[in-house]
Amino acid sequence: MDLSYTQDEIAFREEVRGFLDEKLPEELSAKVASGVVLSKADHDRWHAILNEKGWLAPNWPEEYGGCAWNAVQRHIFEEESARANAPRIVPFGLSMLAPVLMKFGSDAQRDHYLPRILSGEDWWCQGYSEPGAGSDLASLKTRAVRDGDDYIVNGQKTWTTLGQYANKIFCLVRTDTNVKQQEGISFLLIDMDTPGIEVRPIKLLDGTPEVNEVWFTDVRVPVENLVGEENMGWTYAKYLLTHERTNIAGVGFSQAALASVKRMARQERHNGKPLIGNPHFAARLAQVEIDLMAMATTNLRIISKAAAGQAPGVESSMLKVKGTIIRQELNDLARRAAGPYAMPFASETLDGDNDPVGPGYAAPTAAKYFNNRKLSIFGGSNEIQRGIIAKTLLAGGAK
Amino acid sequence: MNFELTEERQMLQDTMRRFLSERYDTATRNAILDSEEGYSSEIWAQMAELGIIGALFSEDDGGFGGAGFDISTVFEELGRAGVVEPLLDTAILGGGLIARLGDDGQREMLEDIIAGSRHLALAHGEPASRYDLSRVETRAESREGKIILNGRKAVVVNAEAASHLVVSARESGAIDDETGISLFLLPADTLGVSMRGYSLFSGGRAAEVSLDDVEIGEEARLGAMGGAFKALSSQIAAGQVALAAEALGAMETAATLTREYLMTRKQFGRPIGSFQALQHRMADMMIELEQARSAVILAAGHLSEAAPERDRHVSAARNLIGRAGRLIAEESIQMHGGIAMTQEYELAHIAKRIVMSDHRFGDTDTQLERFIALGGA
Repeated sequence: MDLSYTQDEIAFREEVRGFLDEKLPEELSAKVASGVVLSKADHDRWHAILNEKGWLAPNWPEEYGGCAWNAVQRHIFEEESARANAPRIVPFGLSMLAPVLMKFGSDAQRDHYLPRILSGEDWWCQGYSEPGAGSDLASLKTRAVRDGDDYIVNGQKTWTTLGQYANKIFCLVRTDTNVKQQEGISFLLIDMDTPGIEVRPIKLLDGTPEVNEVWFTDVRVPVENLVGEENMGWTYAKYLLTHERTNIAGVGFSQAALASVKRMARQERHNGKPLIGNPHFAARLAQVEIDLMAMATTNLRIISKAAAGQAPGVESSMLKVKGTIIRQELNDLARRAAGPYAMPFASETLDGDNDPVGPGYAAPTAAKYFNNRKLSIFGGSNEIQRGIIAKTLLAGGAK
Repeated sequence: MNFELTEERQMLQDTMRRFLSERYDTATRNAILDSEEGYSSEIWAQMAELGIIGALFSEDDGGFGGAGFDISTVFEELGRAGVVEPLLDTAILGGGLIARLGDDGQREMLEDIIAGSRHLALAHGEPASRYDLSRVETRAESREGKIILNGRKAVVVNAEAASHLVVSARESGAIDDETGISLFLLPADTLGVSMRGYSLFSGGRAAEVSLDDVEIGEEARLGAMGGAFKALSSQIAAGQVALAAEALGAMETAATLTREYLMTRKQFGRPIGSFQALQHRMADMMIELEQARSAVILAAGHLSEAAPERDRHVSAARNLIGRAGRLIAEESIQMHGGIAMTQEYELAHIAKRIVMSDHRFGDTDTQLERFIALGGA
């Protein structure tokens, strides 16, 4: 048992910190810190800076232009990036689609798409969920019917995050309706400019246009845009989900949120005294901090196992559940800390066009509290994760 | 013991429920949320006509109610429908203070309020006061027979719509003394009063109000010099019963929507309500909802008692509602999944009303502190 990082890991952390100090534009970190919604240009800018350094694709092998970091290095990078309020790396192309293409795509697909993901030429979005297929994703109904050298796609996807910025979408579509649900699904790459595609924004409860519905009406997709084999899409989708879960605990985000709540609570005055000294608030804050300390170590334990080549099993489900509970609790504390100044609707402020009504730190707290209710819903809801844990623990037992 | 509503209150409840279910659906309400005024003057006039505003005032003040259970009956229905119109601010806080402290001239305004032709706002909270009800830095100084107000008021709900503001200001004492606080009733367009208006996260509008050398006459004073705190805390107690009842109504709607969704939404080939993991959580929500209902009844029933006993029950109710409300809002969203995250779905607004009500006149923790300080624990 040794709780310290190796010399190499410490040196790596210093290198990451130095890079962020030097290269992370202040406008971007200020936006992230104050909860301003980032534009496509903001994301593209940060991606380009990382790409220039060769750090845009931490999980990719070097042959494709990745940095081939191990799990501990990736964790250090994520932790430092969150601490510095760097924008998160938009995951759809880089950490969701790319691993699927590397493992199951054709040479032509890899050669064409991977460089375009790195250069920012393509912005991918994810066409998975449907109105009737949420937690039960395999029940999806969007149809793709072969017609000569094309598939003709009809149906509707929903919760497509940042689909408004995307020029490409990877989709799960049904290509066979006569077999078990999971066995009739294919994985298609679709150009968003294709006639018959319509993107409709969904306004979320905090007012942000973050997710979309994507409608397909007789959309012709060339057969060469099929990834792997027809009707094998479910296998690829599950493979993708294991990659979606690499930073599942969100330790870095929670650490940044904890630091931010502490800063707020030092400035806020409750009955004339700093809120951070208020026993009720301090107790809530301390309990989350204790949970976070333990979870950071759980996360490292699991990462070390992964680095040693052992695939994480139920542990990633455990990290998802605990990680989201901790992040949501911190969002709740930030809202509480803001007091009456959590009440103004900060959309104008968050667009960056107006001064906040109260203290700047208070402005995004209510929106963030509500927006991050999504954390325990998307990417496999916490109920689904608990089901996976329970099924594994009780397999062969109670039926 | 009798836990039934009186016949009059039962009628009021029926009238409101019918009116709001017919005239205040999700689409109507969402249009109001997006409007510049932040409330509907048409709905407001209709509510006045139905006697909903009058129910919040006693017969002596020109109404036909005004007791704790009138307030809880009205606000539970408002909460159930997610109403954003400012009854709390115009009637309970502004109107209630005039009814309590006003002289004959000032009290003339009550008729307009009950008729729905006038709005008011209470300008009490300040940028540094948070939930401390006696922290007033705004100064009132007497100068050559005039009173000069200087200060800043924070998150003044309904300020832009109000014809008059009820402004608290200090005439003596340290900044958090209960004595030395006076109230003034002044036209919102008095020279030196300026506002920065904005919409609120859970609907309605508020403003930051600046008072810069605002000159008013002695006749603007509401109640005794330096002696307004008692009336202020009484009306804020009434306001807190209203907030608790409103949250209760909203929690009922959240629970109803969730129950319906669990029975109709199918995943894995069956209604999601057939999963025991969700059944037990729905059961917990209903247990907390009944607790919340009793807490509101206790607070409403003690509203006319002496301050310590009244405030102990008010704090108890708001602490319990704060905890139960958060649970019900969060669990309702979680059990719905993505649909509850969308603005056009009813639950999104209802959840915001529940959670954000915790930010007025003391959050869950502040209520706990008050309860402890009042000898309740």
